[in-house]
Amino acid sequence: METVLSSRGRKVVVSIDRPFVIIGERINPTGRKVLAAEMKDGRMDRVRSDAIAQAAAGAHMLDVNAGIPALDEAALLVAAIKAVAEVTDAPICIDSSVIEALEAGLAAYEGKALVNSVTAEEERMERILPLVKKHGAAVIGMANDETGISMVPEERLALARRIIERAGDHGIPQEDVIIDPIAMTVAADPTCGVVTLETMRLIRDRLGNNMTCGASNVSFGLPDRATVNAAFLPLAMHAGLTCAITNPLVPEVRRAVLAGDLLLGHDEYAMRWIASYRAEAARQVAREGAAPA
Amino acid sequence: MSREEEIRAGLFDNTLNGRAPEVKALTEEGLALHMDPMDILFKALIPSLEEVGRRFEKGDFFVPEMLMAARAMQGALTLLRPLIAETGAQPVGRYVIGTVKGDIHDIGKNLVVIMLEGAGFEVFDLGVNTPPEKFVEAVIAHKPDVLGFSAFLTTTMPMFKVNIEALKKAGIRDQVHIAVGGAPVTEEYAKHVGADSYAPDASMATRQAKQLVGARNEASQGAQALEQAVKLIDDTLKKG
Repeated sequence: METVLSSRGRKVVVSIDRPFVIIGERINPTGRKVLAAEMKDGRMDRVRSDAIAQAAAGAHMLDVNAGIPALDEAALLVAAIKAVAEVTDAPICIDSSVIEALEAGLAAYEGKALVNSVTAEEERMERILPLVKKHGAAVIGMANDETGISMVPEERLALARRIIERAGDHGIPQEDVIIDPIAMTVAADPTCGVVTLETMRLIRDRLGNNMTCGASNVSFGLPDRATVNAAFLPLAMHAGLTCAITNPLVPEVRRAVLAGDLLLGHDEYAMRWIASYRAEAARQVAREGAAPA
Repeated sequence: MSREEEIRAGLFDNTLNGRAPEVKALTEEGLALHMDPMDILFKALIPSLEEVGRRFEKGDFFVPEMLMAARAMQGALTLLRPLIAETGAQPVGRYVIGTVKGDIHDIGKNLVVIMLEGAGFEVFDLGVNTPPEKFVEAVIAHKPDVLGFSAFLTTTMPMFKVNIEALKKAGIRDQVHIAVGGAPVTEEYAKHVGADSYAPDASMATRQAKQLVGARNEASQGAQALEQAVKLIDDTLKKG
């Protein structure tokens, strides 16, 4: 199954038969005070530089979130989407829990966006899926409903199926629903990791849809999150995860994804792995050359 | 060191390190030696959990360690609670808490509950997806010192204001201190919706609640002293 996302100038294909797709997570004011303050004043410089840096670090797509409490999220989200589109051609993942903001973002975006996200909640599905259809977008379906997040993989599978079926009722093809099996921190519950991985295997085998998740969630509340995140990604890739919202600026994460692709047969003759190694070596040389002897 | 002192020190260390079986065993031993349950709670367990909170705030402790410590302490609390209730002792304070309507995130809120219980509060946890009327009912029923709202989404944060309006309508807004928290919540937003305080994490939420109740208790002691003084003056005047 292939999910195609696009910007005005570029197409990204998500598929289990292709290299893993990184969706850069950084453009999100939650927990980022400076970014939030700048966005609030309508300054998008940091949004632009975050977009450029993540794309340079290997992000194929960029998540854009403008959720600042008590502000007009729709207007802010549109401004952020436009700022990102000015500086990169990476397709955008429009991220908001405010339906009006999703609507404004979709209307402003040129290309086929990924909507982040809908849940299996009745009201959310009935409001968001028509928007997705109207704008010919794809959507992330989160495997939870109003009762919460189940710790039983089969129950998450059932919710994923419900979203896919409902999307179909609205005329959205199955490949345009990317399922989020939901990654949660192992700091709060040690079973979170295996429940998520088992859910991924079930969705891959029974539904075959592409899958994404907030991969950095798994390490919340722990020290050295980079190593935990980097270990999680190849495990998840093997279980069927085909893209992830994560931070490509963390070298461990970027390398783990490249190595995962290599080991899973998605990097023929290790060309991307080698190219990445050479690029890093060249940067290292440049840094040393620039440093005073 | 007497055995009692060793038990207190052991309870402190084992709670800090999250060793539940040791904490339970030491509590049982202490009680068998007729140690005062209040003494076990206030001189060993609570100081230990406070230390856990301090280390967490400094970044020396991590979420799993906080959970382990709180869990270890809860084991001791199940033994101590009925005994403390028998003595008629009051909890440090009462706290009603819940995740707001439309929001199902509860990891953070549960952590606050555990820390508050550890600090000696009687906590009424209304769970997730809590409608405003449930908060109103709980404030009327439990007369808490603090009412805590948790929200994890920018879409559900406006429920803070809706909840506060519901309390105002019921005429009970001023009877309770309102604290708010959750990942996207800021101090500024808390003020904006008319909450009384904001806490960025479970440890801080607990510390603020304790400070608040401490201040209240001192205030009520002050009020009592004043009342007594007035009465004394009255009596003297009457006699005179």
